[in-house]
Amino acid sequence: MIRRIFPHPYLSLTLALVWLALVNKVTPGNVFLGLVFGVALPFLTQPYWPNRPKVGRPLRMIEYALVVLWDIVLANVEVALVILFKRNDAIQSHWIAVPLDLRSPEAITVLAGTITMTPGTVTSVLAADGRALLVHCLDTGDPDGIRQQIKERYEYRLKEIFE
Amino acid sequence: MEQIVEILVALFLVIGGVFGLVGSFGLLVLRNTMQRLHAPTKATTLGVGGVLIASMLYFWLVKGSFSFHELLITLFLFLTAPVSANFIAKTYLQARVKEADLPETGRDFGWAVYDDPPPGPEDV
Amino acid sequence: MIEAAVYFAFACFGLALLFNLWRIVAGPTNADRILALDTMVIDVIAMLVVYGIWKGTAIYFEAAMLIAMVGFVATVAYCRFVLRGDIIE
Repeated sequence: MIRRIFPHPYLSLTLALVWLALVNKVTPGNVFLGLVFGVALPFLTQPYWPNRPKVGRPLRMIEYALVVLWDIVLANVEVALVILFKRNDAIQSHWIAVPLDLRSPEAITVLAGTITMTPGTVTSVLAADGRALLVHCLDTGDPDGIRQQIKERYEYRLKEIFE
Repeated sequence: MEQIVEILVALFLVIGGVFGLVGSFGLLVLRNTMQRLHAPTKATTLGVGGVLIASMLYFWLVKGSFSFHELLITLFLFLTAPVSANFIAKTYLQARVKEADLPETGRDFGWAVYDDPPPGPEDV
Repeated sequence: MIEAAVYFAFACFGLALLFNLWRIVAGPTNADRILALDTMVIDVIAMLVVYGIWKGTAIYFEAAMLIAMVGFVATVAYCRFVLRGDIIE
């Protein structure tokens, strides 16, 4: 019964918070309206997304988000230094194929997004059966090390969160 | 105190401006399309991020009205930047790169731009 | 002090927009042009926010938000058009 009324609890919460951020004022009325949206929208659009993503440990997401935010700042500095101070023909770019242990589509999406936002790497394309990622690396002398880092730093954590 | 706040806001504005500029500068000087793809997706997120933090601090500490809808833009950009980068990479791969130039997938199937996915339960 | 920083940020993003414009003209591939347009959208968002600080009003925020959304959709639509020759299949 509760599942019927709240088909997507995380989506409800996100909607309420987004509404508060959009009106930019926290008043009881806005909180109430946000909650109304949070309950009504998932309920009304329920037929369009029957599957609910499985999240094993939601709290680990906060740790993951902090790690990624820190890496994004580092990535920016790193890429900026490469652009500004490295001679163009000294930049060694590589394609890297990263085999995936993750199975759930949400986890793979988050991993692909993380790779794009972090040090000198961009996710280019997924293998046709969804079990490998093609990553382009801006400047590295050690492609295997990058693959190792992606698997240990991000994929391992995501596996804990989603599976 | 006011001095410190001013310095903070100015610092974030300058950081944002510099990173935005470096991102576009990379777009200008790097040699091939895949390398150019790196510059804006990274540098501009911090560029906009810095400016948004400056805006939040400014309205909060100087103007005295606490404002957090800046977070919404940051969040939105962080969600969409990887998606657009991925789409642009796919566009480039399909138009200009041969499959033989890329590393193997290590699976029975090729990369999604060149190969069809295996039939799913809904196709049968 | 904040005013000087605001002018500096304006100059940076203005120059960035010029660089992007050059990349749109020079190409050489469609992907480059889409990328430059996408970057232009992001720079314009930043510029609008800086403008809001300069004028001391939060009224430009909705505009920045809407440009962010429309810009993303435009990028994806352009990519899809180049990739598949059609936007809505």
